[in-house]
Amino acid sequence: MACFLVPMGEAIATTVVQKVVESNEKKSGAAKANTGRILWSRKLGWLNNMLWGGCLLLALEHMWHGEIVPWPPFLTAMGNPADIAPMMHEMATIGTGMAVFVTAVWIVMVAIADAKVKSAPTLKASSAGRGE
Amino acid sequence: MFLILTALAAIICTVIWYANAPEDKYKVGLLSLIYWGATLMWLIDHVMAYLTEGGEFFEINLDATMLGILVIILGLIAWEIALLVSDPKGALKATLKR
Repeated sequence: MACFLVPMGEAIATTVVQKVVESNEKKSGAAKANTGRILWSRKLGWLNNMLWGGCLLLALEHMWHGEIVPWPPFLTAMGNPADIAPMMHEMATIGTGMAVFVTAVWIVMVAIADAKVKSAPTLKASSAGRGE
Repeated sequence: MFLILTALAAIICTVIWYANAPEDKYKVGLLSLIYWGATLMWLIDHVMAYLTEGGEFFEINLDATMLGILVIILGLIAWEIALLVSDPKGALKATLKR
């Protein structure tokens, strides 16, 4: 019904966090310095791309199934008071599950990437800290 | 079916990204993350629906296949927009300056 709104909320929050972190890294010079570590702004970029990409494609699926429409109130379930409670339940269960699962996969990705960078000292100087 | 098609797109994009890594001039990494994000979200949706409602895990019919193809096209459109905005080859800039 509207489960993708939960990961979308997370995507908005993590995008703001990424912009703040990126700005702090530029100010501190970490973005230019070769610290041999992957920058947090880059790691957060991976999460943002997964969350925004997933939300975009899920929004299309919801449009296909007639669950969202391009006119107010946008969510079909909002037009019928009886559908609001099931929609909220779906957001709380499936939507939260999606956001948690994507974040958990990202945490594993970050852990593996950090371990790879640590175990490859020759790559540190050349590839660590690069964009995308 | 759209879960299978999106997962397939994610796997293919990851292979292409890995084959060209560490270079990622054309942002294939972004495309693969777009598809992986959707795949993970639909996986949770399918698992929870299967556990609570039962029935078939994969919806295999023409409607779901068409949706899967449309989803892949939308992912490609989003990637192309990102590619044209960043213009890593400078082709767009050079064309517009002519």
